Amino acid sequence: MASASSAFAPQAYLQAQTRWRAVELAFWLSCLLPFVLFPNYLVLASQIAITALFALSLDLILGYAGIVSLGHAAFFGLGAYSAGLLAKHGWGEPLSGLVLGAVVAALVGYVSSFVIARFRHLTLIMITLGFGLLLHELANKAHWLTGGADGLQGVRMWPLLGAFMFDLWGFTAYAYALIVLFAVFLVTRRLTNSPFGLSLRGIRENPVRMPAIGAPSVAHIRKIYTLSAAIAGIAGALLAQTTETVSLETLSFQRSADVLVILVLGGAGRLYGGFVGAIIFMVARDRFSGLTPQYWYFGIGVLLVAVVMFLPNGILGGLARLAAAWRGKAT
Amino acid sequence: MTAPALTVHGLNKSFGSLVVANDIELVLPPGERHALIGPNGAGKTTLINLMTGMLTPDSGQILLGDSDISRLSPDLRVKRGLVRTFQINSLFPHLSALEAVTLAVCERRGIAPAWWRALPAYRDAIEEAYAILLSLRLGDVCTRPTRELAYGQQRLLEIALALATGPRVLLLDEPAAGVPREESAELFAAIAGLSKDISILFIEHDMNVVFRFASRIIVMVGGRILVEGTPVQIATDQQVREVYLGKRHHV
Repeated sequence: MASASSAFAPQAYLQAQTRWRAVELAFWLSCLLPFVLFPNYLVLASQIAITALFALSLDLILGYAGIVSLGHAAFFGLGAYSAGLLAKHGWGEPLSGLVLGAVVAALVGYVSSFVIARFRHLTLIMITLGFGLLLHELANKAHWLTGGADGLQGVRMWPLLGAFMFDLWGFTAYAYALIVLFAVFLVTRRLTNSPFGLSLRGIRENPVRMPAIGAPSVAHIRKIYTLSAAIAGIAGALLAQTTETVSLETLSFQRSADVLVILVLGGAGRLYGGFVGAIIFMVARDRFSGLTPQYWYFGIGVLLVAVVMFLPNGILGGLARLAAAWRGKAT
Repeated sequence: MTAPALTVHGLNKSFGSLVVANDIELVLPPGERHALIGPNGAGKTTLINLMTGMLTPDSGQILLGDSDISRLSPDLRVKRGLVRTFQINSLFPHLSALEAVTLAVCERRGIAPAWWRALPAYRDAIEEAYAILLSLRLGDVCTRPTRELAYGQQRLLEIALALATGPRVLLLDEPAAGVPREESAELFAAIAGLSKDISILFIEHDMNVVFRFASRIIVMVGGRILVEGTPVQIATDQQVREVYLGKRHHV
């Protein structure tokens, strides 16, 4: 036993935990399948990728730092309107629109983080909810700027990188959304494997203990909240650019609630949970809203109840447990 | 003469009419091990909460070495070297012991804000965390999630987390609470083996342990310090026998 423990290399052990797994590579490769298998559904695929990115931004605060938000659409909408307005007023270059969306959302996120970082639980839910509703109403009233309930019209995008037009079939849109999703994912994956990511998990696991080990939790929370807002802003900007319109719905409570449902369905705190949730949610909506436009959410409701009752860590959490049991049996 | 490691001066706190800290004076010289004893509700844990900043005193001063830390936030007091453990385990259930201690080491080293480099790049921090775990004989279980550790191991992890912050003064709130007597001796042996650079104030109910490990004993009753002295003085003090040890025979 003594020799076994002296041979243990803690750094190598932690390194092994951050290694890319085969199933991750398989997932990203399968994201290319729609180009060949479902060329008629690339528009849907692009919206799934955008929703997945939005869910990823929520996962950073909810899944890692344990900060509940019911108003995350605020940042999505801010990104969407920023990018949409930029393009409407004569600058249709997509990448700078993304940057603007991220910056505006991050700024508002940073300012609100001073309030967010001081609260938890129900108080936090109410604050984020109120903030979301507030912004939605502001956008509604500011008809001259946002187009109000009619949505923002006249968004004209230039070709991506000056070469790829946004086409009706969503080919460019999906490729664009997927590349942005992957790039942001790489950043968040690095972040969650960093010392900062470990501190976030500490806040989630035991916010009371953190100050007792010398951790400035409030500073950590402000930072991740700002970053999460920026990513939500990028997701919103992507939607504005690929659909060439911005509706009030981007700021709505429904969108905040949906992204929470998506993340909980897929499994929070594992980056991929929001992706799985987004695929299930968006495909279900696409399939069932045609059959029963009023009641398609019924199925989502049933699924959500079943998942939280039987798979408390979401679908991915359930799969991970299954895989662990399988490996345990194999050895 | 060097300054005391920790000085508490005129500390007061009341909740309404309930006085939980009444003009507390306390001096902990460098490298000493002092015990804080007293009946339940005497205000021992409250005193630790006041010293670490988890509660705000109504008045009074707390000095760490020469510097006044009375107005610092809890995490900044830890950064200065005033560190506590908890009577009831306050750990990170889903983090492995190695991750939890590495987290504390990263916070002390100031690398916790780094989000662009992967954790394994900080080999020194990880090795330091592992060395702390080894020194408390937690090496074999360090990859297990905290919630799966045996209770006694979790008590040790409480101390490991505190050590990882690089304390100058350690406040141990009943480190052996809930641990069987045999294991508790082992736990205190580990505490006794800590570097003399660390000054320790510990709360403990087991008088055998107190008399064995403490160089001085502070007796608290009803939010104030009743008496303070060497183990022999306390054992023979008539006041202490009456209000704290009662009629039972001890030592």
